[in-house]
Amino acid sequence: MTLGERVRDDFPILRRTIGGYPLVYLDSAATAQKPRAVLDALRAFYERSNANVHRSIHTLGEEATALFEAARDRVRAFIGARFREEIVFTKGTTEAVNLVAFTWARRALQEGDEILLTEMEHHSNLVPWLLLARERRLRLRQIPITDDGRLDLPALDRLLTRRTRLVALTHVSNVLGTVNPVAEIVERAQAAGARVLVDGAQAVPHLPVDVAALGVDFYAFSGHKVGGPTGIGVLYGRREVLEPLEPAFGGSEIIKEVWLDHVTWNDLPWRFEPGTPPIAQAVGLDAALAYLEGLGWEAIRAHEADLTREALPRLAEVEDLTLYGSRDPEARVGVVSFNLAGVHPHDLAAALDAEGIAVRAGHHCAQPLMRRLGVLGTTRASFYLHTTIDDIERLGAGLRRAHEILGLGRLRSGVR
Amino acid sequence: MCYGHRVATLYGDVILDRFKHPRYLGELDAPDATYEDVNPLCGDRIRVEVRLHGGRNGAEIEAVRYRGDACAIALASADLLAEMVEGRSTREAERVDRDALLGALQAEIRPSRLRCVTLPLDVFRAALARLRTGNPR
Repeated sequence: MTLGERVRDDFPILRRTIGGYPLVYLDSAATAQKPRAVLDALRAFYERSNANVHRSIHTLGEEATALFEAARDRVRAFIGARFREEIVFTKGTTEAVNLVAFTWARRALQEGDEILLTEMEHHSNLVPWLLLARERRLRLRQIPITDDGRLDLPALDRLLTRRTRLVALTHVSNVLGTVNPVAEIVERAQAAGARVLVDGAQAVPHLPVDVAALGVDFYAFSGHKVGGPTGIGVLYGRREVLEPLEPAFGGSEIIKEVWLDHVTWNDLPWRFEPGTPPIAQAVGLDAALAYLEGLGWEAIRAHEADLTREALPRLAEVEDLTLYGSRDPEARVGVVSFNLAGVHPHDLAAALDAEGIAVRAGHHCAQPLMRRLGVLGTTRASFYLHTTIDDIERLGAGLRRAHEILGLGRLRSGVR
Repeated sequence: MCYGHRVATLYGDVILDRFKHPRYLGELDAPDATYEDVNPLCGDRIRVEVRLHGGRNGAEIEAVRYRGDACAIALASADLLAEMVEGRSTREAERVDRDALLGALQAEIRPSRLRCVTLPLDVFRAALARLRTGNPR
């Protein structure tokens, strides 16, 4: 029995039917479905221990605080951070990246400094830097990608200059599934005197991540893509980088003492967590990470590699279908983008939905990458723990029927 | 397992027919007004060109053509809209609304795709507005 078949019953939503068809959920890169362990943890928290954290003297407050801080410890171990002070809870990856822009970058970057991004960034790791660049007159540069969707590493020598203060890149592309060689880039960037921020939103659900071994300065990810609840994410920041920083937002929790005319800041990590934090969400995230640990990375990686190895040739067989990204299943995770000639991605997604198959379609919040690929958008199927070969067969059959109905349609009648 | 029958009814016959065999797709030689816009939700883009009988100050629509990088629903909507307004007075054409297009499309359109139906309508109305303000481009 494959991992996908073994864990299916752990995901209650997979019992759903859509228009009479059993749900095939291939949109995990947008948000992952939640295993029962997460749903149970949320329910147990609200039914037994719900209280605000850190300042409650009563029993429930003690329990809630212990659960919340235990989640931080789990996250620390899960991503290989050295210290719990390095784990800041945020709303998600987007807020985590913005937090770095508002705190470290605002303080460290000056007019003329350069930030090096890549051509495959999600808008969440581009727009915060565009905003800061406008405010501080910074220059943004991009590591180009090759035609098979990998970073053009030889270009790094040219792009890393003495003005480069930050390299901000995604660990795994949300469109192409490419796994970027973060350790190598960190080494070269830091040798050039730059800090490195990694957007790990698409990596943490699929790969074992060790931030200390990678040597990154900042690492961001979202809980909901790992099977946890929405509304929680993590910013990892190296302790010595975070320590001198001031908070981004004022409020409770971030202070040590307040007078009418000045304040002193709280210790790490609470300095960056103003207001009541996402407590239940942290408890749910803890359960999601525990669930992944229970399955084991070896089994998860083998399962996803099998799925990708099966999916790429099957999809390539579909008439008039273009696949994007590397054909090497080892170079990517289970995220596959494609287009059917003449068919708009939204029409293709609607055709698949008519058979109960959930995929993502559009620009995937990566418009510069779409331009690089020369497309308006793509349709994207993304796999997770519960994905089976049967799901991929359903996708292939759905694509063939969509080709019969919509194939070689009128897309690109051409305004642009 | 066979799941084939349902996808055949995707969007209904009218949309699929207009998508595959558009009647009004193209450009006009000498349009009196042109307008182009995008749907910010998906990046789809439609351009509509309008020519009047008797030139820019004419009261009757002689021809409408559109181009688009857009989905089947938006392209079908643009095609039907062009058919509905050609030969009508500009005043009548301005009264064509979303419900009229939804009726003509003869399909159940989900809330997430309603903007696909209305994008051509908004672009067409903006083209007419340019005629009123005297700015053709």
